Amino acid sequence: MAPILRSTSLLALFVCHISLFFFFASNLPISSGSEDSYTITGRVRIPASTVIGHAAKFSNIKVILNGGQNVTFLRPDGYFTFHKVPAGTHLIEVYAMGYFFSPVRVDVSARHNGKVQATLTETRRSLTELVLEPLRAEQYYEMREPFNVMAIAKSPMGLMVGFMVVVVFLMPKLMENIDPEEMKSAQEQMRSQGVPSLSSLLPASR
Amino acid sequence: MAIRVFLLLLLFLSSAIVSFSLYEDQAGLADWHQRYIGKVKHAVFHTQKTGRKRVIVSTEENVVASLDLRHGEIFWRHVLGTKDAIDGVGIALGKYVITLSSEGSTLRAWNLPDGQMVWETALSSAHHSKSLLSVPINLKVDKDYPITVFGGGYLHAVSAIDGEVLWEKDFTAEGFEVQRVLQPLGSTVIYVLGFVNLSEAVVYQIDSKIGEVVAQKSMVFPGGFSGEISSVSSDKVVVLDSKKSILVTIGFIDGDISFQKTPVSDLVENSGNAEILSPLLSNMLAVKVNKRTIFVKVGGEGKLEVVDSLSDETAMSDSLPVADDQEAFASVHHEGSKIHLMVKLVNELDNVLLRETIQMDQHRGRVHKVFMNNYIRTDRSNGFRALIVMEDHSLLLLQQGAIVWSREEGLASVTDVTTAELPVEKDGVSVAKVEHTLFEWLKGHVLKLKGSLLLASPEDVVAIQELRVKSSGKNKLTRDHNGFRKLILALTRAGKLFALHTGDGRIVWSMLLKSQACERPNGISLYQWQVPHHHAMDKNPSVLVVGRCGSDSSAPGVLSFVDVYTGKKITSSDIGHSVVQVLPLPFTDSTEQRLHLIADTVGHVHLYPKTSEALSIFQREFQNIYWYTVGADDGIIRGHVMKSSCSGETADEYCFTTRELWTVVFPSESEKIISTLTRKPNEVVHTQAKVNTDQDLLYKYVSRNLLFVATVSPKGAGEIGSVTPEESSLVVYLIDTITGRILHRLSHQGCQGPVHAVFSENWVVYHYFNLRAHKYEVTVVEIYDQSRAENKNVWKLILGKHNLTAPITSYSRPEVFTKSQSYFFAQSVKTIAVTSTAKGITSKQLLIGTIGDQILALDKRFVDPRRTLNPSQAEKEEGIIPLTDSLPIIPQSYVTHSHRVEGLKGIVTAPSKLESTTHVFAYGVDLFYTRLAPSKTYDSLTDDFSYALLLITIVALVAAIYITWALSEKKELSEKWR
Repeated sequence: MAPILRSTSLLALFVCHISLFFFFASNLPISSGSEDSYTITGRVRIPASTVIGHAAKFSNIKVILNGGQNVTFLRPDGYFTFHKVPAGTHLIEVYAMGYFFSPVRVDVSARHNGKVQATLTETRRSLTELVLEPLRAEQYYEMREPFNVMAIAKSPMGLMVGFMVVVVFLMPKLMENIDPEEMKSAQEQMRSQGVPSLSSLLPASR
Repeated sequence: MAIRVFLLLLLFLSSAIVSFSLYEDQAGLADWHQRYIGKVKHAVFHTQKTGRKRVIVSTEENVVASLDLRHGEIFWRHVLGTKDAIDGVGIALGKYVITLSSEGSTLRAWNLPDGQMVWETALSSAHHSKSLLSVPINLKVDKDYPITVFGGGYLHAVSAIDGEVLWEKDFTAEGFEVQRVLQPLGSTVIYVLGFVNLSEAVVYQIDSKIGEVVAQKSMVFPGGFSGEISSVSSDKVVVLDSKKSILVTIGFIDGDISFQKTPVSDLVENSGNAEILSPLLSNMLAVKVNKRTIFVKVGGEGKLEVVDSLSDETAMSDSLPVADDQEAFASVHHEGSKIHLMVKLVNELDNVLLRETIQMDQHRGRVHKVFMNNYIRTDRSNGFRALIVMEDHSLLLLQQGAIVWSREEGLASVTDVTTAELPVEKDGVSVAKVEHTLFEWLKGHVLKLKGSLLLASPEDVVAIQELRVKSSGKNKLTRDHNGFRKLILALTRAGKLFALHTGDGRIVWSMLLKSQACERPNGISLYQWQVPHHHAMDKNPSVLVVGRCGSDSSAPGVLSFVDVYTGKKITSSDIGHSVVQVLPLPFTDSTEQRLHLIADTVGHVHLYPKTSEALSIFQREFQNIYWYTVGADDGIIRGHVMKSSCSGETADEYCFTTRELWTVVFPSESEKIISTLTRKPNEVVHTQAKVNTDQDLLYKYVSRNLLFVATVSPKGAGEIGSVTPEESSLVVYLIDTITGRILHRLSHQGCQGPVHAVFSENWVVYHYFNLRAHKYEVTVVEIYDQSRAENKNVWKLILGKHNLTAPITSYSRPEVFTKSQSYFFAQSVKTIAVTSTAKGITSKQLLIGTIGDQILALDKRFVDPRRTLNPSQAEKEEGIIPLTDSLPIIPQSYVTHSHRVEGLKGIVTAPSKLESTTHVFAYGVDLFYTRLAPSKTYDSLTDDFSYALLLITIVALVAAIYITWALSEKKELSEKWR
């Protein structure tokens, strides 16, 4: 399962990179500002979803700098900005219900006039642009298995019923194949040993 | 027969296996989630357009929200960061909500219908100051009418369309503090009035298009201003002078400044200090003098005259234009258990437009704020609705003489939580009739079966949900067999105590703290005062609520004792001393009242309850009582013992002095205390021994007197990003609080706080930031007793040569050893808690409150120092998980599933009577409750257990048996005939 997932996400990343190259190439994560405080601008990109309420989800995304020092929200186009950030190494986290984002290590360089370098801390992948994408979608509920005859058959009760069917319909067939002589001797043996037959278990069988 | 019994057993087992996580249709069965916003600071109505009527509010919990005016529900809300306090809110262009926050340095616009952020602008600010937001009431989309913002010495004009800063004026050099910005309608010139050093009034006329100063006038007022200001019309403001005895009317018609002084004593006789109240009324101002509110009319030439006076307990709204150029305002005052809402015209105070009397719950306190809105009735007359904020922070909408809706916003600022039992079911009180007939019973179970096989139609699903709620009887107000029904007692910052039912989260009772000493004490903490069992069964349990008159720690304390069943206050006393620390002692008196010690700022401790019996119990244990204080500022932890009774005329026999026994001093240049933690005093430990895979025995060092302390280098005490790995290190200590002995010290180089920790049994788990890896880390430390480690030999136990029966004393030096392990964790954390069960047998789960306001349940097995990269077969069988460098985040193990507990502050766990299950209550701006079974519900069948399927299977089996019997009879008969 895992390799499949990874390949799909890679594909998604690949597609996104191409699109970014065309549309956002001009939007390199360059920060600007005065001597000691800079601006970090980035973008959150969530794969388009057909699920109803996708837009509502989008408006509830929070972007958090350094574990709660600053909290900001996304604009309709997915961009976010942190203002007045000092030079240094920072941590950006994105919280969106239904998605898991890797925290991002962001180095704001004082020497290069606030140049931003970003690395995903979970995958150690460095980003050319500060475009954050979910590592995976999160499902908070267990999925109910849809109704399935095989699932019923495989369940302990199904197995029991199956066993019963085997006993009821196949055993007599098996009995028939046994040599009558042998059968008789076996029955006599059983009787002498006193193993109760099925009929003897029930009342009023005799 | 045996076979059948076995089969039946198999059936039971197969059905009892449940998944740990939730199915979507199970959400809301055992959990509830309540959304709040906090105490409302500002409110702006949006009722002009047809369609949904809303009110936009901002609160003290940094929430901006849009509420439905009809029902009080939340359309949308956003919880800003903790340092992002909202200073002002307004509606621009009729479609954007504008919020100004962080002392005037952040301006955001939110889309009115859905709450999506439209733009965000950072404004420059030089220093901390009062900030001011002025949004033009103009629907025209035009850059000529910008939003003006003052904050931190700068005046900005911001376009409402895209948040672009049109111009900014730097007033930092002059020290000019803007007080009012006035935008005359139809003019592009704005008037900016402010003070320089509170002694000089300056008026700027600024062209709002380009930000150019057209004219400037200033005038020095010799007495100086106090800063309280009220604008009465478009060209006049009234200010109090620095002595608070003279009202100064400042007129600035066309940029000319004129002062007009009116001593308050001219208006009211024998006046004391005056205070200008915040409501903005046209051509009038409200002043509080001599505990009365007087209305002062401002004449055309700045002449002041008193027109009315009201009692002090009156809250007023801003005035609002109603028809024919007239303005009206609302005032609310109390009279017994009723409140009177009056709407009057500003010009003719005798003309009361509306007079309503509404019965009000005494436990809501007084009215704090009133926001008024008018609407046109069908008969073209004016109707009024008022949004009022009460002293307990609740929010109510009054309309047509009734409370249309109310929101208990006090619950958004819970400070302490405890749980209490419900009363036992009395004889004669019949159990709710759940199932009437066998047919209905069967029908219900068939429905459930359909649900679990995904064959149910939507109507069936609704029926199933109803059935489940009904059959669980979870909302009854009596104790149940499993201990699932309990009361959650929550104390709020407003000093109100709420009892919530665990079944559905409804408020069973609520009570506002009262005191003779001060108007309204703040709530600090809650303690179990009396938990009756054994010989005091007939008593109702009670809790101790500790409050304080004022925010200062040296303010006198207030103790209230509250009956848990009824919510009535038993007694309340103003104790004459301050409250620094409350120590519940492990002793109870004959009525099961727990003894408490309260330490004050002077260094004395006071014993409660103040009875001779309690005193005699205390005297017996006088030598054995130790306590400690943590001085986070000076980096010293001190241990104290009792010394003697207090001397002095004010002291009574329940007051004792203490002396310092030991101190642990952390060097202030290299270590700063950032977190301290002890075990929960009421935690149950099932076993002291832990068996290893190789049949080895480890003894847990379980002591109630262990203190976990975390320190960081002073440089690393700031935020992440402000320090390099070389400059910061984190050191954790385990300190014995009886002797002050440091049992364990562990240092993490290149790490920093904040540290969030949880301490249970013999282990501590803490979360911190690793600067080198730039990731969060979680470390577990387990502490074991070495002195008893020799007792492994069976022969030693048989021959009695063990030291297990030797008394354990806290005075001796314990021989301990620790095991620890660290892991990465991918999220910031706000708080960590641990599940607690009745007997402590069930394995534990960590409950991690993440910064995304969700709660993640993580098995303790993941933070076990015995984890290795390649566990042996025996270790695997024991359940040891192979070591990974980071802890897993499994989305299905979020106990909050699809909810967010916005503004999460704390998580409280409490055991239920059923050993497998624990109550979890999380509070912040929102409240969330759920029941958890960390090792699944191994001691009971789940709600999902399908009796119908079991019954059907049994019937089928019996039928099959009879059919086969009949067949075999037939066969036997035919064989006999042969």
